[in-house]
Amino acid sequence: MGGERLDYVIAFLVGGAICAIGQVLLDLAKIPPAHMLVLFVVVGAVLSGFGVYDRLVEFAGAGALVPVSGFGHSISRGSLLEARRLGVIGLFTGAFELTGLGVATAVFFSALIALVANPKA
Amino acid sequence: MANPGIRKHKADDRAKYQKLASSIVPRPPLARNTAVAFVVGGLTCMVGQAVMNAFIASGMTADEAVGPTLAVMILIGVVLTGLSIYHHIGEFAGAGAAVPITGFANTMAAAAMDFKREGYVLGMGAKMFIIAGPVLVYGILAGVTVALIKWLSRG
Amino acid sequence: MANRRIGKSTMRFATPPVIVSAGTVAGPMEGRGPMAQWFDEVVPDDMFGERTAEKAERRFMGDAVRIVLKQAAVQPGQVDYFIAGDLLNQIVTASFVAEDLGMPFIGVYGACSTSVQSLTLASALVDAGFANLALAATSSHYQTAERQFRYPIELNIQRKSTSQYTATGAGAVLVGQSGGKVRVTEATLGRVIDMGVKDPNQMGPAMAPAAADTIFNHLADTGRDPGFYDVIITGDLGSVGSEILLELMQRRGVPLGGNHADGGVMLFDGVRGTGVGGSGCACSALIMEGFVWKRMCSGEIRRALIVATGALLSTLTWQQGESVPCIANAVALQV
Repeated sequence: MGGERLDYVIAFLVGGAICAIGQVLLDLAKIPPAHMLVLFVVVGAVLSGFGVYDRLVEFAGAGALVPVSGFGHSISRGSLLEARRLGVIGLFTGAFELTGLGVATAVFFSALIALVANPKA
Repeated sequence: MANPGIRKHKADDRAKYQKLASSIVPRPPLARNTAVAFVVGGLTCMVGQAVMNAFIASGMTADEAVGPTLAVMILIGVVLTGLSIYHHIGEFAGAGAAVPITGFANTMAAAAMDFKREGYVLGMGAKMFIIAGPVLVYGILAGVTVALIKWLSRG
Repeated sequence: MANRRIGKSTMRFATPPVIVSAGTVAGPMEGRGPMAQWFDEVVPDDMFGERTAEKAERRFMGDAVRIVLKQAAVQPGQVDYFIAGDLLNQIVTASFVAEDLGMPFIGVYGACSTSVQSLTLASALVDAGFANLALAATSSHYQTAERQFRYPIELNIQRKSTSQYTATGAGAVLVGQSGGKVRVTEATLGRVIDMGVKDPNQMGPAMAPAAADTIFNHLADTGRDPGFYDVIITGDLGSVGSEILLELMQRRGVPLGGNHADGGVMLFDGVRGTGVGGSGCACSALIMEGFVWKRMCSGEIRRALIVATGALLSTLTWQQGESVPCIANAVALQV
């Protein structure tokens, strides 16, 4: 019971911190939102290469996976795993190995919601 | 044609004006924005953790649970966008709404809902990734490159 | 032939054309602001029941025109020119409404300065005798502007400290040789001024220098003090842009007193979620053709200088890293 609650606290703190960094980039460095997200996904991929993001995920669970940096990490990780398994081809099939579920889900349900919902100012 | 003298003169005027303007333009409330982004982003990740724990409790390993957890978060983002709620969260929380994967889903759902007016093929179909696209492009560029380097160096 | 040009850039109309009638149609957000009582129509649904916001914007403009014609008891066929513009690419709102009306059409683009730009042209045509009646109109719509210039409506985007809110609505004005109290006496068209502002969220700071330039030139050309006018109203500088304007005019030695007001600030004063004020073509139009015109008809305002400001950027120029060129057009109204 206690262990699970700690889970949530750490996820909150780490996830919140990552978002806070994003906000500072938006407000202080005046980076446009799209650029900020690109920066995060790239940083996630790079930290994954250094083995840092793996440890962050172990430590913070969803706090590291839910932010878009986690997406970059998943691309990098999947790409590496499949490269080890299949060689060069695996580099590219692996990119969507772990993230394909998310992308396909996003496309499918975005289209679905567009069918039934209209934008409201 | 403007001669270099006029261009320098213009550049000087502009520099002076920028100084004046930035002394009057209000700064963003950084402390408030960062705090709100922290809390909302943190709460979103907490929800993700709850979802993940639920999947693990149902028998999956932590590794196996990642994909489905993100899929559920994406679904939540899409639904909140459809209900016209997410853009309010975004206005309120800034990066706290943009950085989590729910925000990624929001960009796609919002674009799909908006551009369907130009048709489902050339509107919605073509523009669904109008904001999420860069994340995918640079995510793949970075991810594959990093994996390549790591794979070549250590195998 | 009397020389109708005074000073550097001002037209003085020999027989000042008359505003025969004016009409304003506004959206629900605008209806929540303090100016709502001055509008002819406030629409509860900014989609006007239409399938697309672009179609809805045409309804706004069309309705404003119909109100104007009805007020003046004039048939569309009696109008010699329809001069109109809007924010959308290729000014499609104006063009499509023009097709509906069947009048000879002059499409103009001045971004948010279109209201005064079109009124100036209409007045010049009437004063010169090329038209008995000329109709000027403009419109803007929050959703169409967001879609074109910024982001999808449901996107999670956080407004900046200087962001403004595009007004939804339309204004139309019928100019003629007689038949009204309010006259267009002078008009000063502006030059394009770019002081290097690149941030599309800082429209006010981008446009303020243009407003200062045009106001200064107008006053110099006419030999007037700012105090000559009961009100000097800028179109949509917002609160931040207005502050910059006041500072600029102070530095030029022509300080604007308490008679300055900004349309963007007036329109959404007290309305939550509208940033530092309204923007869009409709902003200046709703204020000029609603608030100002009606108060001039009742005699509460006798002399007004309306200075509509526009930012002449496109989404591409911004993406390509260009700064924002701006313009301000001024018109003097007197009873």
